[in-house]
Amino acid sequence: MTLLAEYGQILIILACVFGFFMAWGVGANDVSNAMGTSVGSKALTLRQAILVAMVFEFLGAYLAGGEVTGTIRSGIVDASAMADVPHLMVYGMLSALLASGVWLLIATSMGWPVSTTHSIVGAVVGFAVVGLGPEFVKWGKVTQIAMSWVISPLIAGVIAFSLFRSVQYLILDTEDPFARAKRYIPLYMFAVGFLMSMVTLEKGLKHVFDESHIELSFLESCFYASLVGLAVVAVGTYFLSRVERNLEREKANRFYSVEKVFAVLMVFTACSMAFAHGSNDVANAVGPLAAIVGVVKSGNVTATTAVPSWILLLGAVGIVVGLATYGYKVMATIGHKITELTPSRGFAAELGAASTVVLASATGLPISTTHTLVGAVLGVGLARGIAALNLRVIGSIFASWLVTLPAGAGLAILFFFFFKGLFG
Amino acid sequence: MSNPLSMLFGKSPIKPLQEHMILVTDCAAELADFLGNAIADDWDAASARYESICTLENRADDIKRELRLHMPKGLFMPVSRSDLLELLTVQDNIANRARDIAGLMLGRRMAIPGPVQEDMRQLVAAAIAVTRQALKIINELDELLEAGFAGREVDLVEGLIRELDEEERKADKLERTLRHNLFAVEKDYHPLDMMFLYDIIEKVGGLANRARRVGGRLQTLVAR
Repeated sequence: MTLLAEYGQILIILACVFGFFMAWGVGANDVSNAMGTSVGSKALTLRQAILVAMVFEFLGAYLAGGEVTGTIRSGIVDASAMADVPHLMVYGMLSALLASGVWLLIATSMGWPVSTTHSIVGAVVGFAVVGLGPEFVKWGKVTQIAMSWVISPLIAGVIAFSLFRSVQYLILDTEDPFARAKRYIPLYMFAVGFLMSMVTLEKGLKHVFDESHIELSFLESCFYASLVGLAVVAVGTYFLSRVERNLEREKANRFYSVEKVFAVLMVFTACSMAFAHGSNDVANAVGPLAAIVGVVKSGNVTATTAVPSWILLLGAVGIVVGLATYGYKVMATIGHKITELTPSRGFAAELGAASTVVLASATGLPISTTHTLVGAVLGVGLARGIAALNLRVIGSIFASWLVTLPAGAGLAILFFFFFKGLFG
Repeated sequence: MSNPLSMLFGKSPIKPLQEHMILVTDCAAELADFLGNAIADDWDAASARYESICTLENRADDIKRELRLHMPKGLFMPVSRSDLLELLTVQDNIANRARDIAGLMLGRRMAIPGPVQEDMRQLVAAAIAVTRQALKIINELDELLEAGFAGREVDLVEGLIRELDEEERKADKLERTLRHNLFAVEKDYHPLDMMFLYDIIEKVGGLANRARRVGGRLQTLVAR
């Protein structure tokens, strides 16, 4: 206890630095995956994608990032069992942050596919098992998280498949695809606006509502979310009305103008993707930070105050900085590689992934955005929508699970004993 | 950097397949001028045509090789990999055939007997028309992908394939007329020359036939 009082300031500063570094890493690497599809399909230019990512990553992190942050902070390690040793919690979370940060740095420089989510979860479980003992881990929750890693790409795939099939049925395989596209695309826009605001209202804004004593019933949330959905439709319809047929280009490809219409829709799904990504992945950086701040400020582990807003803010800023300093390069590379994804497919993949991720965020499950997106793209591929998909990537995803978890865990254990030795 | 998402996308075979078919069609189209030069007995010009046919054929070969290398087994595509490779082979055969015809005619400096010159021109033109129609069908591949190889787009392609068959039948008919007319005058010429001329006629007919098989291959590609 005295220990925490003595070193509290330093520990918090350290945690902030490590947390910011992690957020930077998320912004530098992961965001590019979330936005690369939009750049690749040429729905957005690189510059526009960065702008969209900055705004919506920030909003997602700040407005809807609380649940997953809560899970990383207190869902994996059983806090009630460590009431006597709060400082161990602080060391542990600090080492988890440092471990995944270092591991991401190594892996990125070596060109290995890794996920921030997996490294942070591996690190937290790692320090808890070895540093504290297996009984301190909430294995039920950990199993649930591990399951979600398998299930989330599947769900995203199913959603993307159905979305693309609906596009084929409603728009592409009709007499006048261009007119049908203009008629039906607002429906998808509504879905985007509704889904994102629903999750934000029901889960994300909890910490804001609690502070200002606002309570919304489910139906009220539905109502407000519908309003947002309609607003999105209004904005979208305006942009849709500006898309004109290009008969010259249609000679080479009859679907040229239709794809231009889908490109408008994709701007919206890109926003939702960035929002979803921010809401889930900010937790990887600020979850441990929230735990450390909570313990140091209150002096005990069991306090269940909401995640302070400034912590989410720190993570959100970190992501944006990572994106601005390095992420745009990765985004350009990826965008260049996936030009085969036309807007009509890109939107199905993005919306499939975004809705899965945002639902996971609402449930508090930390999942990998990249893997979810891969699942969604495969879903579109199964609907015979993509010219060529390289299935070996599935193997690399399994490899990333198998490698990242132990690596994150091992490093966290190392740092845990280091901090324990340093601070006592 | 190995990123799962950028690893996920393989190189689309459709664009190269279309580029290959464009070269093949250009290659076959050269035969019209080549025949004109041969009939005019201008073998220098014919030789230059033959060179350009060979260049086009080589470029088509390069695309073929490249495409085969980029279609590894692990690729997941909306159409079967073996169907695509078959289609590529069929396309490539057209170019090979065009080169063989020009090569043989140039090598023997074959003169076309006056009475059948017009028939010969028509047959070659008809064979080229079949190839052009095949190209038109191959150019629908990206639209087919867009529509998920189903529905209206398939109907449209099937219409084009019917037209292709029609074109090939025309070529077939011209071939028969030509043989018939040649038979009437063959005794006035050297027998060996006539034997080889029949061979050329056979080969030109074969070219049209191969172009038609492009349509057949595409039909198996979309039928699933």
